[in-house]
Amino acid sequence: MTELHLTNVSFSYPDGTKALENLTLSVTSGERVAIVGQNGAGKTTAVKLMNGLLKPTEGSVLVGDWDTKNHTTAQVSRKVGYVFQNPDDQIFHNDVESEVRFGPKNMGFEPERVNELTDWALKLCGISEFAEENPYNLPYSVRKFVTIASVLAMDSDIIILDEPTAGQDKIGLQVLGNLLQVLEEKQKSVITITHDMEFVTDYFTRIIVMANRQLVADENAQKVFYNTEVLEKSMLKPPAVAQMAKLLDFSPGILSKQQLIEAILAQRSL
Amino acid sequence: MTAMIDLKNVSYRYPVSDDSVLKNISFSIEKGKFTAIIGNNGSGKTTLCNTIRGFVPHFYKGDLDGEVIIDQTKITDYQLGQLGEKVGYVFQNPFIQVSGVKDNVFEEVAYGLENLGIPVEEIKIRVEEVLKLVKIEYLRDKNPFELSGGQRQRVALASIIVMDPEILVIDEPTSQLDPIGTQQIFEIIRLMKERGKTIVLVEHKMDLIAEYADDLLVMHKGELVMQGPVREVFADPEFEKYQIQYPHVTEIALQLQQSGIPLSFLPIRDEELADALNRTEVAAHD
Repeated sequence: MTELHLTNVSFSYPDGTKALENLTLSVTSGERVAIVGQNGAGKTTAVKLMNGLLKPTEGSVLVGDWDTKNHTTAQVSRKVGYVFQNPDDQIFHNDVESEVRFGPKNMGFEPERVNELTDWALKLCGISEFAEENPYNLPYSVRKFVTIASVLAMDSDIIILDEPTAGQDKIGLQVLGNLLQVLEEKQKSVITITHDMEFVTDYFTRIIVMANRQLVADENAQKVFYNTEVLEKSMLKPPAVAQMAKLLDFSPGILSKQQLIEAILAQRSL
Repeated sequence: MTAMIDLKNVSYRYPVSDDSVLKNISFSIEKGKFTAIIGNNGSGKTTLCNTIRGFVPHFYKGDLDGEVIIDQTKITDYQLGQLGEKVGYVFQNPFIQVSGVKDNVFEEVAYGLENLGIPVEEIKIRVEEVLKLVKIEYLRDKNPFELSGGQRQRVALASIIVMDPEILVIDEPTSQLDPIGTQQIFEIIRLMKERGKTIVLVEHKMDLIAEYADDLLVMHKGELVMQGPVREVFADPEFEKYQIQYPHVTEIALQLQQSGIPLSFLPIRDEELADALNRTEVAAHD
């Protein structure tokens, strides 16, 4: 069980370019959070600070009782697993299974636990059938699952997924949804960056909105997607369902397909 | 109308592979049409793109059966370089398209034109125009390797558009982009269509396909299983069995129909739902 606390965190690159300003947020253990916002809003910078890949220029990042400033990225990554946006930045083995096995083996787990975690992660990501394949023979979307599996296999308490939905088809999105469910049952915290607002409303209640290197909102989905000010500031497009509900003059709050269908059915039966 | 892209009974097998990735595919795309190739991952969409731009079999080797005809000429009669001028291809993964030999975005976008031997003055004008069109003027002095995924995706598109090819083959151009950025890319593609370009797009975002594309090619396990105008394909009950995402509004409409609500037609764009619901009311009162 590990909690995550960012307090007044700012980050600037050595050349002075500001990438993040004054971010404060906490993620409790077992919580599921989506981070949304435009390209360049500071989302990836924020999560790289969470696993110690970047150290704050100002403020503090606490992972459990560790201040990331006092620990190496290697140490922090045992508690916070980060799946890179670009799978090709991460993969370096010649077959899928070795790639997934590397993490838990490197953590020094018992061989039996390494096997268990590897099999579990491969299965959960729907890539068991590709265990022997070279990751680079697989499509981009499947390579992404290889990188997710190799981070899950490390069994860290906190898992960060950077744009897992990019390029995924319907089946891939279902695998992701199921994976989130399983991780929640295991009390893992999952922080997901995504541009897919339908995916957000299907699987997340807490939404963190970022724009121009700052936090704009940290609220539940209804409040975010029906808040004109937040939407404008962050240039977010609400999910298709919200747009349809608006076109049909329903009162605010509808986000899921099921809610919209029920509202239409209710109107019909009047 | 003249066919710009014509495939006749095309099958293809990668070297050292036993299975065909493309199985007996035939279709014809008219000049100036915007066609989207959809299908789940692994269904052969990218290989099909590679066939249209001649990388199959010129570059990847392997066995190609059937005929691929681009602008009235068989693909085997082209040099790969000639085809490169005619068919612009935007990679699925923007992280690999960047050339690696230029250290700023302006030169990266100019690179293709330099290789074609275009006069410097003309290159400058064309690059300026495209940077503006794709909204990346502010990135002109940045190193392409220091850009975010979404920024690289725009640079990748710009460096192809600048070459002014007659055919644009674009493989998932918006996977790394936020919703507004995605919309902008589709607007650029629409502009290319207005300029008479023939466009082939691979994309999973069905709401945008429904809004912008003319025709659909549906791939499933290496076969072209459905083809036709966007609206007809989505309305065909057969579409459901391929487990491909519908436009969100279509998915809702189908569920409403199942719940016994009559619809006057199957909507594929958000703004059509009210219409589809209301018109039946009017019809019921008639």
